[in-house]
Amino acid sequence: MSQETVLFLQLVISGVAIGSIYALVALGFVLIYKSTDVLNMAQGEMLMIGAWISYSLIADYRIPFVPAFFMTLAFTSLLGLAVERAALRPLIGQPIISVIMVTIGLSIFLRAMVIAIWGTQYQRYPSPIQDSVVSVGPVPIPEVYLWSLLVCLLLVGALTLGFRFTRMGIAMRAVADDQQAALSVGISVRRVFALAWVISALVSAIGGMLLANIQGVGIGLSAVGLKALPVSIVGGLDSIPGAIVGGILIGVLENLSAGYLDTPLGGGVREVAPYVFLVVVLLIKPYGLFGKERIERV
Amino acid sequence: MCSAVAVKPTPGAPTRPQRRASWWESLRPRIGCGVYHSTYADDMALRTTTASRLRLVLVSVTAVMFPFVAGDYWVGEANRLYIAIIGALGLNILVGFTGQISIAQGAFMAVGGYTTAIMTVTLGLPFWLSLPCAGLTTAAIGAIFGVPSLRLKGLYLLIATLAAQVIVEWLILRMVWLTKGPNGIYGIKPPAFGPLEFSDRRAFYFLMLFFVVIAILFAANLFRTKIGRAFVAIRDQDIAASVAGVDVFKYKLLAFGVSSFYVGTAGALQAHDRLIVSPEYFNISVSIEYLGMIIIGGLGSISGAIYGAAFIRLLPTALSLMTGTLGLAGTNVGVLQQAVFGLAIVGFLIFEPHGIAKIWRDVKDYFKLWPFSY
Repeated sequence: MSQETVLFLQLVISGVAIGSIYALVALGFVLIYKSTDVLNMAQGEMLMIGAWISYSLIADYRIPFVPAFFMTLAFTSLLGLAVERAALRPLIGQPIISVIMVTIGLSIFLRAMVIAIWGTQYQRYPSPIQDSVVSVGPVPIPEVYLWSLLVCLLLVGALTLGFRFTRMGIAMRAVADDQQAALSVGISVRRVFALAWVISALVSAIGGMLLANIQGVGIGLSAVGLKALPVSIVGGLDSIPGAIVGGILIGVLENLSAGYLDTPLGGGVREVAPYVFLVVVLLIKPYGLFGKERIERV
Repeated sequence: MCSAVAVKPTPGAPTRPQRRASWWESLRPRIGCGVYHSTYADDMALRTTTASRLRLVLVSVTAVMFPFVAGDYWVGEANRLYIAIIGALGLNILVGFTGQISIAQGAFMAVGGYTTAIMTVTLGLPFWLSLPCAGLTTAAIGAIFGVPSLRLKGLYLLIATLAAQVIVEWLILRMVWLTKGPNGIYGIKPPAFGPLEFSDRRAFYFLMLFFVVIAILFAANLFRTKIGRAFVAIRDQDIAASVAGVDVFKYKLLAFGVSSFYVGTAGALQAHDRLIVSPEYFNISVSIEYLGMIIIGGLGSISGAIYGAAFIRLLPTALSLMTGTLGLAGTNVGVLQQAVFGLAIVGFLIFEPHGIAKIWRDVKDYFKLWPFSY
């Protein structure tokens, strides 16, 4: 293989790996949006809190990883429940800007709380995943990325099956489709909303722990929320497969544009390329690649 | 259908003939709830009750006297508050009155700030030229980023404006030949009209006061015109508005333009207040701060933008005073401020979605109707 192709493959494969993390975070956005029509701008903060809790459990309380993992999930699902109950439920039926602003307010508040509790220092994440590198074809990939890809696929599989075959999953789809109709057949919309927030909190906590393996635990973790936002929009905010496709698409795009355009454009293309792509996609397909188009009636 | 519709007076109801109100009538306190306009002049007035005219006089006197009484620090704070009011008014025109959610406030302020910085520092042009140019440039760029609003609504539009924020921030960092990149442009001069310089804080105060008054008057009158009514119609139901003959796209772009003109002017004034522009003054937390202002103050309300700007601008000072007097000197005021800001947004949205403006109205109504409140 020529050097050119090796470089290209390297960029694409590591892009897929990074994209799988984005997909995981975007999944959190999609899960909440799909059933409750809320775009949770505090997703990045919830992810960061998940990472910090598991860090505290492992490093400060000396709990082995596996029980610490499940305790983290328990804590974050409580957080998800609390957020839904305290902040989102009073706003059901309010205009969209109120709902978005409430989650932005939450994200500011949660970030301040994290700084108050854990400070602004970065910590190395005490992880069971080794730093070893696996080579995929000609490309060396850190093991963490493979784990994230695996976890991502597992979660998507589980969620897809859950949405299709379990009672609660069908109820969630019904609520997403039409809240009034769902209410009229006896589905508890409140319980569905709570469940959506719990699942999303779980998914983002897992994402947080994986991302902490790569970046360390720190206040910067929440920035991935803003990175995953274009992912969920490009894929379509109400599409679970969209989150995966969007994640991998944006991951690869980021890597390719950084690899080929950074030198001519003076660096930092990685930050802006997903957003340029996002605007183009939105102008052509206003509801994302896989999103369901909404028909409005007066 | 006959073209002239005669209004038949209800039997028993007193007729209200058209007449000019004499000056003493306008001073007479009005009793009871509601306001009855008996003349066209009354109907057109921005202030209709004696109490509100009195408050206006009080506020004007306070605003004019303020720099003669207050210390340097507070005059500086007031200057920053006035700039924030102009910015918040601009954002409220777009978000509160037209219903187009934008999170690109920081980027638009950056366009205004950088325009005036480049014009005055790099090109050596005067302030009176650079200020309107800053507003107009921002209006043009705002209208360009408003184009997606043709197809996008709500959430998706928010994300498109987020893209605008990210792209503008990136351009500022990377177009080093124009913007000096991460260093920013310093050496901006205080505003000056020929020999008339506003380098002193107090002189600057009066210039800001002048701009704020113009901004408020323009905004208050905008929503009494055809254009303003079209904005509000689009906010309430854009499809219905288009059915009623409002050219939705045109007015959406116009809303982006007018709003961005305000925001760009605020950004330019901020540049002449701080005497430096650099990318970190215009990041996404600025956008969120301004959104917080209009939420807390009251969406779709002129006075709301003012109250909200005052709330957010005075919050850090109030908190540091409070932690000082409560003996919590060790507290990290920055973190506390963020926490209070976040909680305030959430709290207002849950308990009073119409913001401080509504609370103020309720208080007034309570006293107006006292003791027969219902």
